[in-house]
Amino acid sequence: MSEALNEKNKDLKALVKREYKEGFITDIESDTFEPGLNEDVIRRISARKNEPEFMLEYRLKAFRRWQKMPEPDWAHIDYPKIDFQDIAYFSEPKKKPKLDSLDDVDPKLLETYEKLGIPLEEQKMLANVAVDAVFDSVSVRTTFRETLSKAGVIFMPISEALQEHPELVKQYLGTVVPPQDNYYAALNAAVFSDGSFVYIPKGVRCPMELSTYFRINEMNTGQFERTLIIADEGAYVSYLEGCTAPQRDENQLHAAVVELIAHKDAEIKYSTVQNWYPGDENGKGGIYNFVTKRGVCKGERAKISWTQVETGSAITWKYPSVVLQGDHSVGEFYSVALTHNKQQADTGTKMIHMGKNTSSTIISKGISAGHGQNAYRGLVKVTKGADNARNFSQCDSLLLGDRCGAHTFPYMEVENPSANLEHEATTSKISEDQLFYLQQRGLSEEASVSMIVNGFCKEVFRELPMEFAVEAQKLLDVSLEGAVG
Amino acid sequence: MLVIKNLHVSVFDTPILKGLDLEVKAGEVHAIMGPNGSGKSTLSNVIAGRDGYEVTEGSIEYMGNDLTELEADERACEGIFLAFQYPVEIPGVSNMAMLKAAINSKRKYHGEDEISAGDFLKLIREKADLVEMKQEFLKRSVNEGFSGGEKKRNEILQMAMLEPKLALLDETDSGLDIDALKVVSQGVNALRSPDRAMVLVTHYQRLLDYIVPDFVHVLANGRIVKSGDKSLALELEEKGYGWIDGLQKAG
Repeated sequence: MSEALNEKNKDLKALVKREYKEGFITDIESDTFEPGLNEDVIRRISARKNEPEFMLEYRLKAFRRWQKMPEPDWAHIDYPKIDFQDIAYFSEPKKKPKLDSLDDVDPKLLETYEKLGIPLEEQKMLANVAVDAVFDSVSVRTTFRETLSKAGVIFMPISEALQEHPELVKQYLGTVVPPQDNYYAALNAAVFSDGSFVYIPKGVRCPMELSTYFRINEMNTGQFERTLIIADEGAYVSYLEGCTAPQRDENQLHAAVVELIAHKDAEIKYSTVQNWYPGDENGKGGIYNFVTKRGVCKGERAKISWTQVETGSAITWKYPSVVLQGDHSVGEFYSVALTHNKQQADTGTKMIHMGKNTSSTIISKGISAGHGQNAYRGLVKVTKGADNARNFSQCDSLLLGDRCGAHTFPYMEVENPSANLEHEATTSKISEDQLFYLQQRGLSEEASVSMIVNGFCKEVFRELPMEFAVEAQKLLDVSLEGAVG
Repeated sequence: MLVIKNLHVSVFDTPILKGLDLEVKAGEVHAIMGPNGSGKSTLSNVIAGRDGYEVTEGSIEYMGNDLTELEADERACEGIFLAFQYPVEIPGVSNMAMLKAAINSKRKYHGEDEISAGDFLKLIREKADLVEMKQEFLKRSVNEGFSGGEKKRNEILQMAMLEPKLALLDETDSGLDIDALKVVSQGVNALRSPDRAMVLVTHYQRLLDYIVPDFVHVLANGRIVKSGDKSLALELEEKGYGWIDGLQKAG
């Protein structure tokens, strides 16, 4: 029997060759800073962006803090030490795009996004999705700006928001993730170059999905984007980010910070489909993805929902969190994290209950294949004043093969006896029974695995905006090709 | 349709089938009876192409071709269907989605276009009535939280949808109360047709009161030791499997 199975595994491995179809490199002239990080580099970034004085001070303060901070080592991940002096902190295409007209955008850039399935010409776009395209350190184009501004919605690169709405940026930047929050957040605060800024005014339901598409192209360049989303009282917005990078043998650093602020009765739905280059099957290359994402439900009945599908990156270190300040506020975290080959993921969430009658839901689905290592790390904290806090956590792990690993680290800190916390965790393998059952119905082995895995992720996928749920499923299929065995 | 000659099958290097012969023609219903451990389930698994069942000697011919050359999914696409003794749960995958994928996989194999959403819905509603399955079951995850009877009815629904040439029913009666047994049998009988063959594997005679076979075979110690018509099942019921031991010794 084992011999027969081994034979089968060999056949499968031949099929495995995972294709990373976004791995191409755009040959474009770029203006890239020389590698290295010091105060001068930060001043140059700030000057390049023509930033107001408060921004430069903010950056320098963050940089000084960062220099004193130790690199965190508590996550269940293993990688060589990063040389922060070996990274370039700013890169932009030489032919600078002017954002009001596509004619000024380098055709090579348009082509790049076209190839990635993100056309930037409005007539070609999905009718109800506005896109901000970020290429290395700068925003290339934001679509549908007019439609949005009619509704009073501000959606623009954060570098532009600093010019046009400096008071708004100043009011909110760093209020959810302060620069000293953690090592990578401090680094980001010091060197971030671009990202998206969203403001939804009182009572406005954003008329379309907003999305940012991040692309790293330049070699030895880090990407440090900063996203800030504010939903004022009673506002609603659904935002999606996608990420890809060329296939390169060197590791590249991506350290982003995302801050969400939901005022009274506001709702922010934030979805991520992360497909950074994961490295090859031997673990060579790939993106190091160290990201801090946090939202605060500031007012009563505010709601923040994180949905993430993490299939890329060599390393993922990411804990999208919600601070439930307002009474009756709601936090949600839905996650699918897949690790294949030598990928490692340490991801989860923090739900901090502070207001009364707050509730949170955590649904985490980890899939490990090949030598992939997948850890869920989550904290549910109920502070003293948080009467009647409720949390439901479910962490399921699915293993494909016997060389991968799944780990669950749930933490609970409860200071209020009225809290009601439920935690469920399961670990399972795709069983031979399930595979045979589906194959007996006429599905190929690959189709059977895909069906079982997609079923496993269903509770998360159904939280994604329609247009992207299908994409996420396909992505999972590609990432898993031949993963059985 | 199915010609098995001198079939020897080992599982984990342990010989289970030891020289089994069986011929099944289109339109026929055969019942394979035998005590626990006689190799009944091994027979249905090896025909369906499950991994780990190694044919060490003999042959299985299906529609004139060597069946052992094909993978399990190819056999399914060629028209072999196994109704499982223990149907498997697939969380998060709806019955509908699974069946639609299965039908389309089969169609693709035969170079046909995918079934339209409308045709599929019409078909599944019609077939669900056959096994008295409520529409809501179709949307639920495959077999998840189903009772024993519901699982077995679901197997027959799948069989009705996939319209196999050769249907293998592995202990379809196990775990069924009399009402469920009637519904399941009714479903199976409705699927009897001149160009479809069925092989029922069962421990008890009672299923055969509802699905009347054309032939009955007694399997013991990896071989078919006696064949006959329906009356053989009754005789077996009356005399018990101990009788078989006697037959074997005499043989």
